Formats: sequence, structure tokens, C-alpha cells
Amino acid sequence: MTQETLKPQEKKALIELLYQLADDDFLLAFRGSEWLGLAPHIEEDVAFSSISQDMMGHANLYYNLLEDLGEGEADRIAHLRSPDQFRNAIILEEVNGPGTYLKEPDYDWAFTVVRNYFYAVHKHIRLDSLRHSSYEPLAEAAHKIMTEQYYHLMHWEIWFKQLMTSTDEAILRMTAAIQKVWKDFGGVLTLGPYYEDIVKANFIDDENVMKKRWNNKIEAVLKEVGASYPGEPRMERGNGRNGVHTEDLKQATSTLSEVYATNPATGW
Amino acid sequence: MTESVMDALGDVKDPEIASVSILDLGMVHEVDVTDGAVKVSVLPTFSGCPALHIIERDIKKVVENVEGITSAEVKFVFTPSWTTDRITPEGRERLKEFGISPPPANHVMGEPWEIDCPYCGSTYVTMENIFGPTACRSILYCKSCKNPFEAMKPVADMG
Repeated sequence: MTQETLKPQEKKALIELLYQLADDDFLLAFRGSEWLGLAPHIEEDVAFSSISQDMMGHANLYYNLLEDLGEGEADRIAHLRSPDQFRNAIILEEVNGPGTYLKEPDYDWAFTVVRNYFYAVHKHIRLDSLRHSSYEPLAEAAHKIMTEQYYHLMHWEIWFKQLMTSTDEAILRMTAAIQKVWKDFGGVLTLGPYYEDIVKANFIDDENVMKKRWNNKIEAVLKEVGASYPGEPRMERGNGRNGVHTEDLKQATSTLSEVYATNPATGW
Repeated sequence: MTESVMDALGDVKDPEIASVSILDLGMVHEVDVTDGAVKVSVLPTFSGCPALHIIERDIKKVVENVEGITSAEVKFVFTPSWTTDRITPEGRERLKEFGISPPPANHVMGEPWEIDCPYCGSTYVTMENIFGPTACRSILYCKSCKNPFEAMKPVADMG
């Protein structure tokens, strides 16, 4: 399918899916960028900022696809929407920990590793499916993103496995982080209210199939590092795909867009 | 005419690696010249690469300076995907001159890749960080000549 051959109902579903893909990467890239200068060591600072930059690029690709579909300019889509228009999963907007980037950042590295690793596994599964998307521009974008995502997944898998088999304190903190992420990770694994139309048009695989792939992979990794599988991930604070969000998203978008919003007419 | 445009594109350097051009990197996909109007389709290396706007500007500048050309348009496309096997043999040599070890030409993702020190050619090197100062590079250290150096990450199409 191309822009010209989409039926109206398919177009609506595709737009919803693109917002999910874009906003997921956008918000997690932002949370990643807040670690700049604060990561556990300098090599990680270099790696994490590179990953965040890539992910911002991935969000940008999706926002450009939305622009092509008549949703307005990519920069405006990214910066000027109100929080209820965002479609990212709630767990991805969550702050890195107490404090702010500038003042007493008591950020939680275990939480960051777990969230990013779980997300990278899902992103890989999602891209693998999107590479065969019926919407050609999306399949092309997924192809491109996959070549970069490969390194991200490898990076987070190393961190995850090493910390899970490290000191008692590391294991304790990682276990707490898994429990915390688990409460809301179900939000990443859903395609939201337009799920049926999205799947019917073959834009992406059925969410249940992808969820199963994710569960199988995570269950195997947890087993490998000697941890137990906590059962299906939940969606305790609501579904971000429906526009349900927390105060953390407000903080994120206002910080992100502070400069842009001062003069959206300027060329950036 | 197409030939002069291609010549001009050889002057567009990677803003972050001054020794290689976008032709060396295999970023130019198609050049279409119709009645003095040029359309250049370019394959971005990494999707978050902040240099893309600069590259676009530089292409327009050099192409519009070619005699007989009235306008130039740049389009970034993703098919085919840019992969590191598109880097030309000259591009590989120029990367080395800049102190960057070029990626292997036929890399299979998932397999380890052999990296030689761009200064002394030794294979006795260690990977310090798979990520580097830009998205496309890694940081290594040569245990033979004791130089830190960078390598371009292999990027292969994953099917």
C-alpha cells in the first residue's frame, strides 16, 4: 500500500500506529538524553547518548511519515501536541528517578537498564514485523531502523545480563526494577483501540502474536540469569495508546519543547 | 552533464569525516538531470545523523554551481538501505587516512568483525566501546602501537 491506495479507515488506523511508534521512541530517547553526564561511567555516557540520538532519529522518521499523511509538520507534531494526544506507553514517559537533570538527580540505573532492555526486545520484534508491513514507506523505514536497533539491543542485553549476575546489591536493585517495570510494561505490548483495523490492514502482526514472542524471549533470558518469570506484564496505570498519561509526560514534553515553543515559526 | 554533476558531488565531504565524500561513502543513490534541473536521491547513513541537513545544503550548493544547472533538489530515501558495503575502495583508504578503520565489506550482522589498527595495521586491538563520538563509529585501542582509534561500525541489511 502507498499513501494513494489507503482507504480512509486504513489511513486512520495507520496514523494511530505511527503515533505509537514515534511517541514510544521519542519519549524513551528523551529520558535517555537526561542521563547525559550522569551515566555510571564515561564510556556509557558516550554509548547511551549515541543510542538516544539514534532513537530520536527513529521517532523523526515516523513523524515524517505522519507529515506525509497530512498530520502537519513533523516538528510541530513532535513539539506542539498536548499530552492527551500522545500515544506512547506510560512506562516510557516515567522519570528516571527522583530529582531533575540539573538538581539532585537521584536516577535509578537498574530501572533504566530494565526498561531499555525490555523495550529493545519488543522494538526488535516489532521492527521484524514492520519490515513486512503492507504500507511500503513504513516497511522501508523499519528496514533502516533495524540496522541501528541491532546495536542497541546488544548493548542493553549485556547490561541486563551482567547486572543480573553481579553482586547481591545489583541483583536486589534489578529485581525491584523488574517488578516496577512489569506493572506497566503491558502498555508497550498493546496496539490500542484501533488494534483490529491495524492488524486487518496488515500494517503489523497481531499484538497477541508479538506479545507471545516477547514473553518467550524474556522468560528465557530470566531463566538464563536465574530469575523467575513474573507472569503476564500488566497495565496498572492505564493505556497510553488511549491518550491516558501521567504527570511525568507533561514534564517531559514541556522540557523538550521549551525552546521550540518560544517561536514555532523559526526555522530549526 | 550528469558527469559534471557527479564530479561536483565528489566535493561534498562528510561534515564529520573531512577526508571522505558522500560518493566515497556510497550515499548517493540516483542522480537525475532533466533540462538543467537536478534531482539527487541520497541514502542517509544513520537515521539520527545530525549532519544530514548540512549534507543537503552542501549538495545544493555544489550542484547549482555546475554550469548549465538551474536547480538542485535533494531527497533522502531509505530504499535501498545504506549499508557499509557501499563504501568504495577509495573511501576505505580515506577513512584510514583519517584514523578510522573501515568496516569489513561483507559483514554478516551478529558475527564478530575483524578490525585492524589504521595506524600500524596490527590486529592486536581491543574494543573499548562499540559506540563512539558519532553514531557510525566505535572506539578501540591498539595494543601494538598504543594508539586509541576509531572504527566504522559494520551495518548490513538484515534481510
